[in-house]
Amino acid sequence: MESNLPNNRRIVIIGIILLIAVIYITKLFTLQVVDNKYKTSASSNVLRYVTQYPVRGLIYDRNNKLMVYNEAAYDLMVIQKQLDAFDTADFCKILDIDKDFLIESLKDAKIYSRYKPSVLIKQISAKTYAILQEQMYKFPGFFTQTRTLRKYPDSIAAHVLGYVGEVNEKNIEKEKYYKSGDYIGASGIEKSYEKYLRGEKGVNVFMVDVHNRIKGSYDEGRIDREAVPGKNISLTIDAELQKYGEKLMGKKKGSIVAIEPSTGEILCMITAPTYNPGLLSGRPRAKNFRKLQIDTLKPLFNRALQAQYPPGSTFKPMTALIGLQTGVVKPTTKYGCQYGYHVGNFSLGCHGHPSPLNLIESIQHSCNAYYCHVYRNILDYSSDAGIVANYTKWRELVMSFGYGKLLEIDFPFELKGLVPPASYFEKLYGNGWNSLMNVSMAIGQGELLVTPLQMANFSATIANRGYYYTPHLVKDIQGDDEIAPKYTVKRYTKVDSQYFEPVVQGMYDVVQGGPGSTARNARVDSLDICGKTGTAENPHGENHSIFIAFAPKDNPKIAISVYVENAGYGTTYAAPIASFMIEKYLTGKVKRKWYENYIMNANLLNVEKKD
Amino acid sequence: MRRKINLYKNIDWLTITIYLVLVLMGWFNIYAAVYNEEYNSIFDLSQKYGKQMIWIIAAIVIIVVIMLIESRFYAFFANPLYFIMLGLLITVLLFGTEVNGARSWFAIGSFRFQPGEFAKFATALALARLLSSHNFKIHEFKNILIIGALIFVPAGFILLQNDTGSALVYASFIIVLFREGLSAAFVLLGVYAALLFILALTIPLIYILILIFLVSAVVAFIYFHDRRDVIKGVFGFLLIIGLIFLANLLFFDFSIIIVLLAAAVVFSVILIIRAVVFKYRFLFAIVGITFGALSFTYFTDYFFENVLEEHQKSRINHLLGIESDPLGAGYNVNQSKIAIGSGGLSGKGFLQGTQTKYDFVPEQSTDFIFCTVGEEWGFVGTTLVIVLFVVLLLRLIFLAERQRSSFSRIYGYAVVSILFFHIIVNIGMTIGLAPVIGIPLPFFSYGGSSLWAFTALLFVFLRLDASRLELLR
Ligand SMILES: [Zn+2]
Repeated sequence: MESNLPNNRRIVIIGIILLIAVIYITKLFTLQVVDNKYKTSASSNVLRYVTQYPVRGLIYDRNNKLMVYNEAAYDLMVIQKQLDAFDTADFCKILDIDKDFLIESLKDAKIYSRYKPSVLIKQISAKTYAILQEQMYKFPGFFTQTRTLRKYPDSIAAHVLGYVGEVNEKNIEKEKYYKSGDYIGASGIEKSYEKYLRGEKGVNVFMVDVHNRIKGSYDEGRIDREAVPGKNISLTIDAELQKYGEKLMGKKKGSIVAIEPSTGEILCMITAPTYNPGLLSGRPRAKNFRKLQIDTLKPLFNRALQAQYPPGSTFKPMTALIGLQTGVVKPTTKYGCQYGYHVGNFSLGCHGHPSPLNLIESIQHSCNAYYCHVYRNILDYSSDAGIVANYTKWRELVMSFGYGKLLEIDFPFELKGLVPPASYFEKLYGNGWNSLMNVSMAIGQGELLVTPLQMANFSATIANRGYYYTPHLVKDIQGDDEIAPKYTVKRYTKVDSQYFEPVVQGMYDVVQGGPGSTARNARVDSLDICGKTGTAENPHGENHSIFIAFAPKDNPKIAISVYVENAGYGTTYAAPIASFMIEKYLTGKVKRKWYENYIMNANLLNVEKKD
Repeated sequence: MRRKINLYKNIDWLTITIYLVLVLMGWFNIYAAVYNEEYNSIFDLSQKYGKQMIWIIAAIVIIVVIMLIESRFYAFFANPLYFIMLGLLITVLLFGTEVNGARSWFAIGSFRFQPGEFAKFATALALARLLSSHNFKIHEFKNILIIGALIFVPAGFILLQNDTGSALVYASFIIVLFREGLSAAFVLLGVYAALLFILALTIPLIYILILIFLVSAVVAFIYFHDRRDVIKGVFGFLLIIGLIFLANLLFFDFSIIIVLLAAAVVFSVILIIRAVVFKYRFLFAIVGITFGALSFTYFTDYFFENVLEEHQKSRINHLLGIESDPLGAGYNVNQSKIAIGSGGLSGKGFLQGTQTKYDFVPEQSTDFIFCTVGEEWGFVGTTLVIVLFVVLLLRLIFLAERQRSSFSRIYGYAVVSILFFHIIVNIGMTIGLAPVIGIPLPFFSYGGSSLWAFTALLFVFLRLDASRLELLR
């Protein structure tokens, strides 16, 4: 192409390049030479950027009772480059620190940066702050910064609320918003709702002279930015119930989770032993955290979401439901039981009760043999496809109740428990796998593992006769009208709702039935509590006591799971605790004072070994 | 016929000198931007400046390798390279690591690599190969589609990686196409589209409608044989608007925009009938341009409201002056202007800048490296950098024009286009003349991927240039 055209075009391109260069240089000339707005002579005036920390959002319970609020705290900051000779003795006296500590701290701050402000002393008292503020002019390079501390009026629900800690390198790397020394929700609601609670930082830019005196706002405050306060959050938790449950579990290990079946709102989430959330707020956090970490009772361990226990006999309603759904059993089907389930050399014991029993009675009396029959029928006869397919179907139905998978609640660190896949047993037993080999799954033993949250959700699902809402902890975020759609979807199980009635009846009889019913001590007049006991064998010590329940039978208002470690039979501790919780929630008080006292004061913390 | 050439003698030493000066200036400014007194050696490998030194050494290795490869190789492997690069772009989209919201990195250990940076280079080669192929006519409809696909496919993948800035760079290839004879009408059409894009976001729709009608009338006025027809047409159109307006006043209550659109539709129908009757095809073009512009405006609005993310919106808004909120997206630009402005005529001196070091300029070693130049070297420094870049660009144009092979010439213009786009956007954003779209300043900004990609881009051209006498046609 040697025509004239490209030649002209080359000139056009060169022209554009030169034109833009001229425009840019002119703009730079204006910016750097003509305009005085941007001049800050480096020697005399320094800009100081003071971060405005937003007020962190408050946390309320479902009845608008305050659970977390803020208190002001002051950090003493230093910018190394602006330091000048100062009276260290005077300085140390005001702050009540010794000189070595000051020198050490200054060294640390220097390692961090010479140009950026770093925290010299965290959370100085309001009084020290006031004195220091007056004398600040004597100490160039130092200044104070206000931020807020979390406070807990009731000192409850430590695991639910979580705590706020300093950001680490990872946080900073992941999100630019955070700068070294900032705070971030490190666990619990503080973590999962960090985005709402934290607000947005602001900045004030001041001109400061060599004597550390603020000369005024830079550029008339035009580039200042107001901090946007964090949003307040209302939890689904009932603080009263939470507090009461923590008291009941005060001298025990385990967990209580209660859910409102009609919404999936978590009413309480108790982990025992727990700790005072105030311990992890403010200056002594690191020290207290280490202390809690080495505590042998593991108070930092969130049992409600992370302890994976065998469900024990509370799993029997599940076996019953799947039996009904797959058609291998009818409500009227009866099986006999002579102190257990015996086939050839195999024996699985049961306690004394009338025999034979139908399905409803089998729940009422918690008969092991009955469920061995049902479980084996499911694996052997629910279809002709063989044990692997039938087990897989069984597993699919179990998982539709939220077992063996994450419920995806609005909370960090949830665990999913375990419902082993068929491949697990194929590997374990090889080709000879038959339904007898893992029959203990029928009664919630063996490889099954569930979390207290999943058990409460299971109870809520039965209460709803076949569906659940994803459990969640936040009811309302200030300025956000609607709750996330994922919490308003009915999640149906793969068991038809018609099969739930006999199981509910069985659970009703567990509490309300005649002699031989397994949890008559959980009965509260007129509350129509339905429940199921469980006892999980614990190879390491005393059995775990378990109870799931909901009430009232029709239009249930609360569904609950109680797990008490090393407490023996489900009836002994878990059932009465559940009944107290339900009574407290539905009526506001507990009538059986002596019983309540007895259970509350029982100390099961150190019952590790069987006698 | 081929003859052996002396690389050392034939290579363009002026370009290499400018390149070295820019790279070294970049290194010193990175040092100043993230200077850390505890690790004050510029060779400290734990710091960005130490790492940049490694990248520079590696870049020199790359240069040597490029020089050792036969110049024919680049034209020969242009297409395979292009497809390999597309494969990498897809892979990174699927398996890449996210850094600052853009899924555009491969991370192997602590080493990170951004294939998008090399995509520009591969696309430039492939474009040069395509346009220089025998008997290629740039104006054939099919060829325009191929060119479009070649440029926009990699750009699309990069857009999907959430790296809008790097994707926009591909628009710069319009310069190459312009040089290679793409009709000025296309370029004007592009400018018209860009104008509509900006106006759609800044001024009320009613003015845009009027503008579109005016442009169509002007086009008609320029191209029609009988200009009295155009004047009649305009009056006819106004008459139709008047009638519909009156009807609307009496019987309906639609907005004025609907009235104008309805008038445009009615008028177009009349024009099309006339076009068919009198076999005057140009009337179709007028109708096409008008409705094309209308739907483009609508699409822009839709795109802006529904496709762009909040931060991209606010950046564009800020650039267009809609959001003159210094507390919002303009914050970074404001910080950057303060840093540059505070440099004055001669700057505060090496390592004496405070604005950049206090961390108040974002990305001070990468996207906003120009701030450090401005603060520490003042107007003298910034002008020097711009002059160096301009000299480089003009030199490259000169070199491109002296090529005998059209492949080399086109590739040279592609290099110019990419560098030019990066330079104007990067420097422009630090002084508030371009949107903050986060692309590096060539040879200056911190980072291995971008330095290597620009180095490869430039030196492949220098290699081609050195061999320009090998190939006689
Ligand atoms: Zn039995």
